[in-house]
Amino acid sequence: MTESSGHIAENIAHFARVLRRAGVPVGPRQVLDAIEAVQAAGIRSESDLYWALHTTLIHTQDMREIFNQAFHVFWRDPRMLERMMAMMLPELTTPPEEPEEQTSRRLAEALLNQETAPRQNPEPDIEIDARETMSAAEILRTKDFEQMSAAEIAEARKALSRLHLQHDRVLTRRTHPSSRGSLIDMRASLRASLRGGDIIPLKRRERRHRPPPLVVLCDISGSMSVYARTFLHFLHALSNDRHRVHTFLFGTRLTHVSRQLRHKDIDEALSAVSNTVEDWDGGTRIGETLRRFNVDWSRRVLGQGATVLLVTDGLDRDGAEGLEPEIARLHRASRRLIWLNPLLRYDAFEPKALGIRTMLPHVDEFRPVHNMASLEDLVASLNAPERKWPTAA
Amino acid sequence: MTISLPASIEETAALLSSGAYVADRSLATVLFLALKMGRPLFLEGEAGVGKTEIAKVLASALGRKLIRLQCYEGLDTAAAVYEWNYQAQMIEIRLAEAQGVEDRHVLAKDVFDDRFLIRRPLLQALEPDVNGPPVLLIDELDRTDEPFEAYLLEVLSDFQITIPEIGTIKTAEPPIVIVTSNRTREIHDALKRRCLYHWVDYPDAERELEIVRLKAPDAAEDLSRQIVSFVQALRERDLYKQPGIAETLDWANALTQLNAVSLNESNINDTLGTLLKYQDDIAQVRGSDAAQILDELKTAAE
Repeated sequence: MTESSGHIAENIAHFARVLRRAGVPVGPRQVLDAIEAVQAAGIRSESDLYWALHTTLIHTQDMREIFNQAFHVFWRDPRMLERMMAMMLPELTTPPEEPEEQTSRRLAEALLNQETAPRQNPEPDIEIDARETMSAAEILRTKDFEQMSAAEIAEARKALSRLHLQHDRVLTRRTHPSSRGSLIDMRASLRASLRGGDIIPLKRRERRHRPPPLVVLCDISGSMSVYARTFLHFLHALSNDRHRVHTFLFGTRLTHVSRQLRHKDIDEALSAVSNTVEDWDGGTRIGETLRRFNVDWSRRVLGQGATVLLVTDGLDRDGAEGLEPEIARLHRASRRLIWLNPLLRYDAFEPKALGIRTMLPHVDEFRPVHNMASLEDLVASLNAPERKWPTAA
Repeated sequence: MTISLPASIEETAALLSSGAYVADRSLATVLFLALKMGRPLFLEGEAGVGKTEIAKVLASALGRKLIRLQCYEGLDTAAAVYEWNYQAQMIEIRLAEAQGVEDRHVLAKDVFDDRFLIRRPLLQALEPDVNGPPVLLIDELDRTDEPFEAYLLEVLSDFQITIPEIGTIKTAEPPIVIVTSNRTREIHDALKRRCLYHWVDYPDAERELEIVRLKAPDAAEDLSRQIVSFVQALRERDLYKQPGIAETLDWANALTQLNAVSLNESNINDTLGTLLKYQDDIAQVRGSDAAQILDELKTAAE
C-alpha cells in the first residue's frame, strides 16, 4: 500500500508540475491536497481520479480546458505526455532578434519600397495589379498559435506584474468621502451634528479618479506578425488587469476581439482570437480599417475619454489612400492617441513611408514597441501624468 | 380617471397613432408586451429615431404623468432619487435645541421626516397618482456610469427604493418605465435582462413619408416624397452619421420655409446642414452624392 501510494504521490506531483508548466497556478499545498484527496477517494475509476484532482488543483473555470487535456494525455501515458509537452511547449531558444530575412523585408519596405511606390502609382494598371495581389495575399486561414514556451510564459508573467497602470486616471464627476476634500458633504455633516455638540463638524468629499477606457487597434498584417503575437500577450494581460479595455485587430479588415482576450487563460484567449480573426499575415489597409473603426465603433467605445493605442508599422498597401481624414478623426475623437511602431527600433529609421508621414502629425505620442523594454516604457508613459508629447520622432 | 392600457398589439399601435406617432408592428408588439408584463422597455438605437418620443406619446395618450430622468456622467442618488433638505434640517435642529429638546433620538426622528425629503425623478415615479402610475423615462442611460446602472437594478426589478433613514419605499402599481440608450457604450447585461429590449431602426420609406406628412404638414406632397426618397438613398451611403427622422423633419421644415416645391441641387446644398451634422459627410454629399442621388430619383420617377 505504502509503495503504491508513494508511486501515486510521485505521479500527482509530476502531473502538477506539468500543469504548472502549462500555465495553471498549482501550489505545493494543492499538490498535498490532491494526494490526500486521491488517497481518501481511492482510485476505482478514471473519473474518480479526474474529479479528485480537478477539485483540488483547479480553482478557476478558465483553467478547466487545459486541465482536461492534460489529464487525458498524462494519465494514459506519462512518457507520451513528456513528449507531447516537448512538442507543445518547446523550450524555445528564440533569439530576441528576429530572423534576418524578416528584418530585411520590413526594412526594405520601410526604407526602400516607398521610394519606388510613387513611381508605380501613376500607372493605373500597376495600381490595379497591386490591389489584386493584396486581396490574394489576404490569407483566410485559421492560424494555429504556437503554444507558449516556458520562457515566454515567464516573460508574460513578468509583464503582467508590471502592468498595473496605477496613475493612468481621469477625474470623474463622482465623489467619495475624504477628510481633505474640497466639497462639503452635507449629509454626513448633518449626521455628525446629530451626535452632539454645538459645532457642526464639516465632513468632506472629493472627486474620484478612475482609469479611462483603453482602446487598442493592433495591426496583424504580414509585416507586423512577429510583434503582433508578442503584443497580444501584453493585451491579454491588460484586458484582465483593468476594466473597459477594447481591443481591435486589423489587417485588411477590422476585428473586435475584446471578449476573446478577456479569457483568463492565455492559451484559450489566443486560440479564441485566432479563430475569430481571418486576415492574419495579409496586407494592411490602414485607411479603410480606421474608417470602419470610426464609423462603426468610435461612438461606442471612445465615449468616456479613452486612451487609444494604435499599434502598426504604418506601412499601408493602399499607399495611404484615405488615411489622412480617418487618422485625423480618430485623433479628434480620442483623449490621447499613442502610436506604437516597431520600426522605431532601427536607428536608421526615418519616417519616409507615405503612411507614416501621413499619420505622424495626428498622434499625441510616438513610441517603439519591439521588446519588453519598450513595453515597460509604454507602461511608464501611460502611468505618467498626462501631457502633450512632441509628435515628431 | 384612468385610461386603461391597450389590450392588444393593434390597440397599442392605435394608441401610438392617436398620439401622432407612426410605429411599425415590431415596436407596437414590444410596447404592448412591456405594458402587459409590467416590465421596463429598453430602447436602443441611433440618435434621432424617436426613442424619447415614444415615452412622451405614451404618457400623453394614456393621460399619465411623464417623469423624465436625463442621465449624465456622475448622476448620483441625490440628483436621481432623493435628497434631504439640509438647510431646513439644520434650522429644525436649532429650533429644537432652542425649545430644549435634549433627546438626540427624538431629534433625529424629527429631522429625517418626510417633510425634509426632496423627491427626485425615481422616487416621484413610485408615488401613487390619480391618473394611474406615471411613465418614467430614463433617457440616454449610456451617458451615466456603471455605478448608477447598478443602482437602477433594484429600482427596475422590484420597483422599490431604500432610504436608510426612513426605510424601503414600495409602490403598489409600478410605473411604466422606458429606458433609452444611444449606445455610446454597452449597458450591462444585468440591466438589460430586467427589461424588454428593442432596437429602434430607421423607418422604411413608406413609414417615413407618413411621419413627414404628419409632422411637417406644410411641405408639398411632391416635396415630401422627394425628401423621403433622398434621405432613404442617403442612408445607403457610407456616412459617419446617417440622418435620423428628426433630421428629415428639420430638413422638410427648412425647405418649406424656403418655399421649395421640389428638390434641386442648389436648395439641397443650401440646407444640407439640417440633415448632416459632420463636415466630412456634408463635403462628400455636396460634392457628388447629392447630384447622383437626384439623378437616380429622377430616373426612378420617370
